[in-house]
Amino acid sequence: MFYKLPEIEYIRVSELDEVLSLLSRKEDVKVLAGGTDLVIDMKIGRYKPKTVIDISGIKSLRYIVDEGDKIRIGALTRMQDIIESPVIREKLPVLAEAVSMLGSWQIRNMATVGGNLCSASPAADSAPPLLVHEAKIKLTSIEGTREIPITEFFTGPRKTVMHKIELLHEIIVPYDEDFARTYSYAKLGRRNSFTLSVVAVATVLKVRGRRFEDVRIALNAVAPTPVRARSVESFLRGKEIGEEVIEEASELVVNDISPISDVRASAEYRRHVSMVLVRDTLLKALEKSGVKEVSK
Amino acid sequence: MLVKFRLNGKDVEVDVYPNEILLDTLRLKLGVRSVKRGCERGECGTCTILLNGSPVNSCLILTPHVEGAEVITVEGLEKDSKFKELVNNFVNEGAIQCGFCTPGFLLTAYTAIINQKIKTVDDVKKSLEGNLCRCTGYVKIIEAVAKTALK
Repeated sequence: MFYKLPEIEYIRVSELDEVLSLLSRKEDVKVLAGGTDLVIDMKIGRYKPKTVIDISGIKSLRYIVDEGDKIRIGALTRMQDIIESPVIREKLPVLAEAVSMLGSWQIRNMATVGGNLCSASPAADSAPPLLVHEAKIKLTSIEGTREIPITEFFTGPRKTVMHKIELLHEIIVPYDEDFARTYSYAKLGRRNSFTLSVVAVATVLKVRGRRFEDVRIALNAVAPTPVRARSVESFLRGKEIGEEVIEEASELVVNDISPISDVRASAEYRRHVSMVLVRDTLLKALEKSGVKEVSK
Repeated sequence: MLVKFRLNGKDVEVDVYPNEILLDTLRLKLGVRSVKRGCERGECGTCTILLNGSPVNSCLILTPHVEGAEVITVEGLEKDSKFKELVNNFVNEGAIQCGFCTPGFLLTAYTAIINQKIKTVDDVKKSLEGNLCRCTGYVKIIEAVAKTALK
């Protein structure tokens, strides 16, 4: 045993009310969902909670519900559930694609979408697709519930706006026909599979005639939190589609990111590949939109 | 604390620490030695088990987490005909070098095969992305799994 876990009080709950009540009473608590982040974090000593509340047994938090104009995803939905869900594949294909590149099959069978967001890694794989779809996060505590836009959810590496007594309850994703068709996702890691992002980019588009009507781009692993590329988006909105304009727009992404150098890549390399991947995803999404001859 | 679960078709009850890892419980308390200790952080797949039918890393699971669940290791699949076919193909294709990663590979591949996840050789590679072979004998492993799944 190379790793020694801290001594913990382990509490397993099967109802939402139980965990909410415990969260309001207990100090120094970590919530365990899939455990693929938390168990490692406890092994390496990043977290030494006194109490671990295992919520994986709350069956009522594992669901994908199609409500027509929005899709509700329960916090304990496994990554593999997302990939295999016909609703997600049809209506949020960029999420299915991003999640299929998260971890390995073994990890995806345990890891939950709520856990991925609450871990709040700058490299969270589910974040870019949810950011471009402008999902809402429903947080619940014994005092009630609140919904906040995912664009305001992350506040720093491993930090979110969640209060200590709150639980991430569900993710509400608005459905948009154009975005479901005209999307692209690219993830660059140190190898092709089972890898953490050097950078990943999710892009969705609306095209009217030969112009960009709406553009949304999000990246992970190039800032303290997953981020939207607002400068690129606003530059492209209303512009005529063309290779040069896409090239020029992609370069603006450096204004939206603040990468660091770490074991996976240097800041300089991350800035470079962010530009490349923003351009590539724009071109790939345009292919799906049916716009012909981007480079005239 | 006492934890009860089903292990390879038998009910087991075991006294564990709240911070005990399933990999340790299986190897040290329940004598299941096919589940190997590798990286201990969910990267190498050599500790793979089937939890309620799905391959997962037992090094990332607190033992109390499997209360009431079903755990299967290669010991529990010895009589399964598809599993035997897969094992035979591993042997015939020379897909085993040192053998340390083999139980993990077999469990992942077996589950992918019986759940009809494998239609192409690329599907084999995708399914097995969470299992590492440090002898790097991947070609023969992929061939053995493809032969079983695609014949």
